[in-house]
Parts: sequence; C-alpha cells; structure tokens
Amino acid sequence: MLNNFPLWPESASTIAHRVDALYIFLLIVAGMMALLICALVIYFAARFRSRPGVRAEQIEGSNALEITWSVIPFLVFMVIFAWGAVVYFQERTPPTDATEVYVVAKQWMWKVEHAEGQREINELHVPVGRDVKLIMTSQDVIHSFFVPAFRIKQDVLPGRYTVEWFHATKPGTYHLFCAEYCGTQHSGMVGSIVVLEPAQYEAWVNGSPNGPLSATGEKMFAELGCSSCHRSDMPGRGPNLQGVFGKPVELADGRTLTVDENYLRESILDPGSKRVRGFQPIMPTFQGLVTEEQVNALVAYIKSISTAGTRIGANAMPSAVSASEGSVSSAAQPNGNQVQQ
Amino acid sequence: MGLHHEEEQHPELLHHFAEPEQQRNAASLGMWVFLGTEIMFFGGMFCAYLLYRHWYFGDFGAASKSIDATLGAANTAVLICSSLTVVLAVWAAQTARRALLLAMLCVTMLFGLAFLGIKGYEYYQKFEEHHVPGPSFSFENVPVPGHPGEYANPRHAQIYFSLYFLMTGIHALHMIVGLGIFSWLLLMAWGGRFTPAYHTPVEIGGLYWHFVDIIWIFLFPLLYLIDRHP
Amino acid sequence: MSATNVVPQQQFERETYLNKVYGMWSWLLTTDHKRIALLYLISITFFFFIGGFFALLIRLELLTPAGDLVQADTYNKLFTQHGMVMVFFFLIPSIPAVLGNFLVPMMIGAKDLAFPRINLLSWYLYIIGGVIMLHCMMTGGVDTGWTFYVPFSTNYTNTKFVEAGIAIFIAGFSSILTGLNFVVTIHRMRAPGMTWSRLPLFIWAHYATSIIQLLGTPVIAITIVLVACERALHLGIFDPRLGGDPLLFQHLFWFYSHPAVYIMILPSMGVVTEIIPCFSRKRIFGYSFVAFSSIAIAVFGFLVWAHHMFVAGMSVYAGLVFSFLSYAVAVPSAIKVFNWTATLYKGSIHYDAPMLYAFGFLGLFTIGGLTGLFLAALGINVHVTDTYFVVAHFHYIMVGGAVMGYLGGIHFWWPKISGKLYPEGWARLAALIVFLGFNLTFFPQFVLGYMGMPRRYWDYSHMPEFQVLNVLSTAGATVLGVGYLLPMIYLLWSMRYGKPASDNPWNAAGLEWKTSSPPPTDNFKEEPVVTWEAYNYEELDAPPQALEVPVG
Repeated sequence: MLNNFPLWPESASTIAHRVDALYIFLLIVAGMMALLICALVIYFAARFRSRPGVRAEQIEGSNALEITWSVIPFLVFMVIFAWGAVVYFQERTPPTDATEVYVVAKQWMWKVEHAEGQREINELHVPVGRDVKLIMTSQDVIHSFFVPAFRIKQDVLPGRYTVEWFHATKPGTYHLFCAEYCGTQHSGMVGSIVVLEPAQYEAWVNGSPNGPLSATGEKMFAELGCSSCHRSDMPGRGPNLQGVFGKPVELADGRTLTVDENYLRESILDPGSKRVRGFQPIMPTFQGLVTEEQVNALVAYIKSISTAGTRIGANAMPSAVSASEGSVSSAAQPNGNQVQQ
Repeated sequence: MGLHHEEEQHPELLHHFAEPEQQRNAASLGMWVFLGTEIMFFGGMFCAYLLYRHWYFGDFGAASKSIDATLGAANTAVLICSSLTVVLAVWAAQTARRALLLAMLCVTMLFGLAFLGIKGYEYYQKFEEHHVPGPSFSFENVPVPGHPGEYANPRHAQIYFSLYFLMTGIHALHMIVGLGIFSWLLLMAWGGRFTPAYHTPVEIGGLYWHFVDIIWIFLFPLLYLIDRHP
Repeated sequence: MSATNVVPQQQFERETYLNKVYGMWSWLLTTDHKRIALLYLISITFFFFIGGFFALLIRLELLTPAGDLVQADTYNKLFTQHGMVMVFFFLIPSIPAVLGNFLVPMMIGAKDLAFPRINLLSWYLYIIGGVIMLHCMMTGGVDTGWTFYVPFSTNYTNTKFVEAGIAIFIAGFSSILTGLNFVVTIHRMRAPGMTWSRLPLFIWAHYATSIIQLLGTPVIAITIVLVACERALHLGIFDPRLGGDPLLFQHLFWFYSHPAVYIMILPSMGVVTEIIPCFSRKRIFGYSFVAFSSIAIAVFGFLVWAHHMFVAGMSVYAGLVFSFLSYAVAVPSAIKVFNWTATLYKGSIHYDAPMLYAFGFLGLFTIGGLTGLFLAALGINVHVTDTYFVVAHFHYIMVGGAVMGYLGGIHFWWPKISGKLYPEGWARLAALIVFLGFNLTFFPQFVLGYMGMPRRYWDYSHMPEFQVLNVLSTAGATVLGVGYLLPMIYLLWSMRYGKPASDNPWNAAGLEWKTSSPPPTDNFKEEPVVTWEAYNYEELDAPPQALEVPVG
C-alpha cells in the first residue's frame, strides 16, 4: 500500500500489513492528540497574552473536566491495547504446520539450517506464500532476529530456543538485522532474507548436497547411542520417543508438561531436571559434547518421528507403525516434512 | 538565628531544627527509610534465589544439605542474643545507666564478632570442600535429598553456592558496618554524650542492628534448611 | 513580564549564602544545601558536556553509512559511555540534586535539608563515582551498552565493565541519599502552616521522585553487584551455561531503569508546574489532580518494567499484563498535560524565557508521551523496539522533556541562585534554538526506526537508504549543541556582568521568592508562617502594595 513511499519500509509478510494498519491508526490518533494540545496551547498563549489592565481569571479546577480527560484517553488507550494485543498474538503464535528452519546465532553471524538440510550463513531462502517457523538459539550472547520488511523481531537467547514465524507475501530480498547489541561487529551481523517463487525455491532446494536435517539427527541418534535406551521396538531404559512431540508427559516430580522444542533440548543437555515418571535418572548429560547444530538435528529427528503421530493420535496407534512411517518418509523424500504438510 | 537560648538547653540540637523532637523524629524516619532501601537491596537477591530454588529445587536441597546447619543455627542464636543486648543498650541510654550502656554495647559487638568468626569458619569449610564457585568448583555425585539414585546437577548447585556466598557475604558486610557504627557509639558513650534527652544515635544504630538480624532470620531457613529431614 | 530592576542599595552589603565565607574549603566542606546545589550544578554540567561530546561523535560517525570516523569498538564505547554518563551522572542528579537541593528546603520554609552532612556526603559519593567513571573511560572504557545485558557484560566483553559498575553503584548511593534527605525533609521540616495541600507541586514531584530513588536504586545496585561478581569472581547467577537465566537480569535491570525515567521526568514536570502558573499569573488548574498524578506515576512506574522485554523471550501473557499497565501509567501523564494546558486558559500570559522553555517542554513531552503509546502497543513494539524509534522516543522524554524542564528551571530560579539577571534576549533565542535543533535531531529518528534501522549500529553501509535521515539528524545535533552551549555562556557572563536581581523579579508565588536574592545562609531571617495556598497569584497581583512584603 505504501511500498513506493521512500520513508516507509517494505511490507512483505501477512503480519506486516496488520502492523502497518495499527501503526497508521496510531499515527492518526496520536497526531490528533498532539494537534489538539498544540493548537490549544498556541491559541491560549496568543489569546490570553498579557495585556495592560487585564488580569488573569482564577480557576480552581474542575472535577468533571479532570474525569473527562482521564476517562476518554483511557478508553482510547484500551482500544490501542486490545488491537496491539491481537496483532501480538498473531505474531507470537506460529501455525502448527509451518515449515521449520533452525537458526543458530553467534558473534557475529547467523547460521541457518533448513529441515531439508540446506545450510546458509547470513542468508535465508524461503518460498513465497508459506508459513515459516524459525527455531532459534544462540551460542554466546543475546542476539535478535529482526526483519523489518516482515515487521518481526525476536531475541535469540543462549541456552534455550525462542521461536518466531512469518508468511512472506512478496518475492524479493529483504534486510535481516541483529537488533540486540552483541559486541564489536553488532552492526555487521546483518544478512538477507531471499523470498523466492515456489518453483525457484524448489530449484534452490534441490541444488543442496546435504540430506535432510532429521536424517542427520537420526544418524547422530544412533552414533551417540541414544537408540540403545530410547528404543522404539521394545521398552527401553529411556522413554520411547515415537510420537512424544506435542504430547503431555508426566514427570517424576508429578508435574505434567507438553513436549516442545525447549523440553527436548533441555532433556538432551540436562536430562536430570525434568525426568519422565517411571524412568531412572541414568541418562548422562550431553552438555559440551554436542554443538548447537547437533542438538537442532536431534530435535528435528525426534520431531520427525512424531509428526505422523500427532496427526492421527499416537496413543491409538502401535508405535512400530509410526516409527516405520517416520523413517521411511524422512529417508526417502528430502522434503518429507513439507510433503506431509 | 534567634535560637541561642535553645542551643544552650540542647547542645545536640543542630541549627536547622526548631526543636529536639523534630530532630529526633527526622533521624528516626531517616533510618526507617534507609532500611526500606536495604530491603529492596536484599530483595533483588531474594528474587533471584526464589526463581532458581523453584526451578532447581532438588539441586538446591542437595547443595543446602552440604552446609553445616549447626553453625548456621549457632549464628542465629548469637544474633538473637545480640538483639536482646541492643535493646538493653537502648534502655540503658534512655535511663542514663552509663555503665550498663557501655557493657551492652561491648557485648553486642562481641556477639557480632562471634557471628563473623563462625561465618568465617563456615566459609573455610566450603573452601576446603571445593564448593566455592569458579574453575575449582566440584559437586559431583551428591545425592538429592528424598530421591534415592538421583544426583544433584553440579551446575545448578553452583548457582546455589553463588547465591549463598553473595547473600551471606553481603549480610556479613552489613554486620561489619554495624560493628563500625557500634564502635562509634561506644566512643560517644564513653565520652558521656548520651543523656535521657539525647540518645538518638543509640536508637537508630540499634534499629540498623535489628535489621541486620532480621535479614539473617530470613537467610538462615532459606539457605540452610531447604530440604532437610531428620 | 519584565523583571523589576529596582534594587535596594543595601543588597550589596547584605550577607548571602554566596558571600558569607570565602575560600575553597568553605565550599568543599559546606553543609549548606544551596552551596551543595551549586557544587552539583558545576559537576553535572561538566558531565553533561562530556556526554554531549560523545553524542556529537556518534552523530558524526552516522553522517555516512560506512564506519569511517572511528573503529567499531570505539563507537560501541562512545554510545555506552554517552548513555552511562548522561543517565547516571547527568539526568538522574540533574533537577533533584541542583534545583531540588536548592529549593526544597526554601519552598517548605526550612533552614536546610534534614541531614545536611548526608547531603554533602551524597555529593562526594557522586564525585567519587564520577572520578571512577572518568578513570574507566580514560583507561580503556566500557562497551556493554548502558543496559549492560548479560551474558555479554559478564562473560564476553573484554572492556572494563566492573570499574564502570562500581562507578554507577557509588553514584547510585548518592541518588539514594538525596532521595532520603528529601523524603525526611518534606515530612519533618515544613514551616508552620505549610500543610500538604499547600505544598508547591514542585515539592510533590520531588517527593514522588524520591520514592522512586529510594525503592528503585537499591535494585540496580544489587544487580550491578551480581553482574560484577559474576564477571570478576566467577560466581554464576545469570550464566546460561550453568542454567542461569539472562532474562532475570533484564527483569532486575528494568525494575530500576524504567522508573529511573520517572526520576528524570517527574522533577521536570515539577519545574514546569511552577513556571506555567507564574507566567500565566494564575493558580494551577486542578492542584490535587496534578499532585496525585505525580504519586500515581511513581507507583504505576514500578509496575511496567517488562514493557522493555516484549521480544526478549517472555511469555505472551506477561506481555499482555505489562502492555495494559503501561497504558495505565500513561493516564496520569495525560492528566498533567491537560492541566497545564487548562492553566493557560484565561491567564495573563508572559513570554519570558522560562515560559518558552516550558512551552518547549509541553510540545516535546507530548510527542514523547504519544510515541510511548506506539511502543506500549504490543504488535508495534515487536517491530520498533531496539530501533531508532525507541532512541527517538526516550530522547524526547529524557532530553526533550527532562532537559527542557531543567533549563527552564535554571532560568526561572537563576536570579534567586545567583542574584543576577541573565540577558533575556539571548535566553529566548537559546530556547528557540534548543527546540528547533532538538526536533531536527530526533524527529527523523522516528521515521528511521519504523523503516527498521536498529539502534547501536556503527556501520549501515548495507542500507544506504537510511543516510538522508541520518544526515538531517546530525545537522540537528549541531544546532542542538549550539543551543546547549549558549545558556552556559550567558549564564556565566551574567554572574559577573548581569544586572542585580530583585528578591522576586517574576513576582512569583512561593516561599523561595519571599527571601532575598541570593538568600542568606539560613534562608529566612525569621521562620516563615504560611497562611496562604500555593500559587496565590490573585493576591500577588491584586493590590500594588502587596508586591514588597518579604518575610525574610
């Protein structure tokens, strides 16, 4: 709508238009309030400038006026608050079937890994018209993944995942900034988001030499010996991980929580803290033994063996079946995740 | 100034106060307000403590158990006794019992020193056991109380010990400041400066001492008794 | 209104706080609140120009997209030290420690603050903190950003954060002691008849400010201790490698640093609330609403800190609560703006320099406040936080609002402080230059921010489209610099060459105007007894003989 206006950022995502709409509304409201106050001040200052023989008229105040100019702004504020909150919820709630991209930030670069296995540095290629969810963590200090054209920003923290998502609406190349001060080359931690037409995107994906991220994760799962305890064919010393993602799990201390990316991550790096009920605290920690990228691959793998289950309902389904489905889909098709979605 | 006649009556009255009562009220309000800021100061650490204790309860329990609770309990007793002697000192100042005042100030300071001594011994133990956070920290294979077979996460235990040293350390620093204040009170009392009409320094110095005691009353259960069972 | 130039001859023989005793030690060991205020005035002006110098270098670097004037590390140190110096060594002490120190006892009819020696101690603490900060800056500096987020400040920067932290910690105690002195003074030292409802609103504003200083500053102090211990002693409180939470740091930091904004702006509001009635010759409109809105701001100000953290990784629901509360705190600020405006209605308005500064304050604070509505709107905050939009917003509040009020106050009370009149024409010109220069500097930054330029960027050569607005901003900064230099020059000039001021050159209400200019050491010859309401301009203007009835 305002894309040709030189002082306005490009709007290239679904959220961008919603943010712009609220912003324009606020510009109008704030502009009117500012004009009202300035006009009154200037008018009073001119109209009631001191004149010889004219004395000021003393006015105590007025409760009615005070209440008016407290309540009316408050009501206007509440409209802005509610509108802003709605947009925020949309910004903060990734669609469940979004394409997932893992982002690892470090001083001073962005490392990106696609589910299909492509790796990029300071660039992110995405197709137009698809929901993309970024699962992000940092290797060192706090960074912030900021794409002005999409109107999204999310701090990237060490030691946990944070998530943001977008749905690009227009092909093109857009700025990617680090928005949280992170040291010497903070202003050099910039990159591009390349939004491609679906066909171009497929071509770009197919040009990649790597296997899918979940396949890397599956290999690591075997190499690190995870599969000797977390067995899918028989009860093992660790929980069966088929279909666990997105499901509630009961912990040894009686709490129940839903398995999400952060829980998987924490369980790999700090297995003792949130142990599943009925299992012994025997799993060693992998803190310091695996890199952030390897954790991402493991998480992607565990999620990939749950995706089929989450659709149909893993409880009703023999785990062996879902296991074979999961491994077949991820091994045979590079785009396994997307095809299912 | 027009206050010369009053100054003769009240040698301690500062020039900008109209009457001794105003001066006394100002001093005591000042100390209460200052103690309010102190609560906020410790509040930041309590806030951090509560968050991590909630997250890492088992590890905190295990780490807490490694500290000698008898030493902590002894220190609690020492401080409670010192609060009593402070009250007696204030009473002695109010009722012009100079000898008692001097004695109580001395006893209070001895309690304070005893507290610091015990604390120092406790720190020494922790140092010997490699429980001081940093490169040499070690907290391997310490069982979590009440959960057989589980061991505390040394990294979380390190957070506990960081908080333990900070909270008790800053408390001990306050105790040292308290000893400084009480030395000064002792000096003033020795010189016979306090009268039933003027003993505000003893009162507000006492308030400070009680405050330091009360902080300890919170620190003791929070740090020493997290998950202890007979 | 033109100042009364008729000065009784005996003024020159009259003993004042300035001429009672001479010599360096009579100043460095003084317990007189007025002399301490002047000590603060000199020292914060010094730090203001240091911070301003850093700002100038920052703006010059951003004139071109490439990082060509200074190195990246130097630039990071520049904005860090600009922030630390301006926030902790200029804005926080500015109005309270200078004007508040000078005026709080006089306005309530006291001879001094309740604890004069603690007042002096707080200046020394400030100086010790300042010297450590200077030492830190001259021997390497610090590059953490004034927000010193962990884990960057604890584990990654190799600059001297611990030293800067100690400096801020010590300066913080100076701030606490000032607040403590004000609270006790306002409670215990009021003159007979000076009831709470007769207090000038400047006093209410300082009371609210003091509450924030007392309850907020200790939290930043302990936060600095935690970070410094983590950095220097390898304790682990926030370290994510141990399972610590960097967000806990941000909560603790903003618990102080958001209310700190109110430490800067509330006193400025207090100043404006004195100036507007005086130059409108009117009672303030809605005294009690203005008074209680100060307290409301102080209280609500403590409940909104996490609106700095909407994209930090906090829960969505926490975001909702803090956004709602941020709108709640906007209401008392709006009440104040409307009451100031209404005070002008049917007044008899004079355009003297302090009033021009007050008008400037009104305009800039309104823009700053209204853009706060944008930032509190969750959906927009995600886009504009950590961009130049935020930079522009808080400069409109903290420089546009707070410094405009500070300069207005300095001009308003200058005759009382120095006993001299400043050149009115130059003062009006400076007010105009500051207003225009300020808008030229910071308004383009709102646009830059919405376009997406992140703050704290040394080099923007990848996005040359940001250059035009940055050039405008740098041009404005030059104008603004001139605007800030001018008052320093002509105020200094007036101390020697200015015309002597009468006791009440503005014919203003308030006890401070009922004593001589400059006041005697004990402020009043006799203890004043207050029998009138605040802002009794009707009585002042009514009979001509009411003009010269000094109490002191």
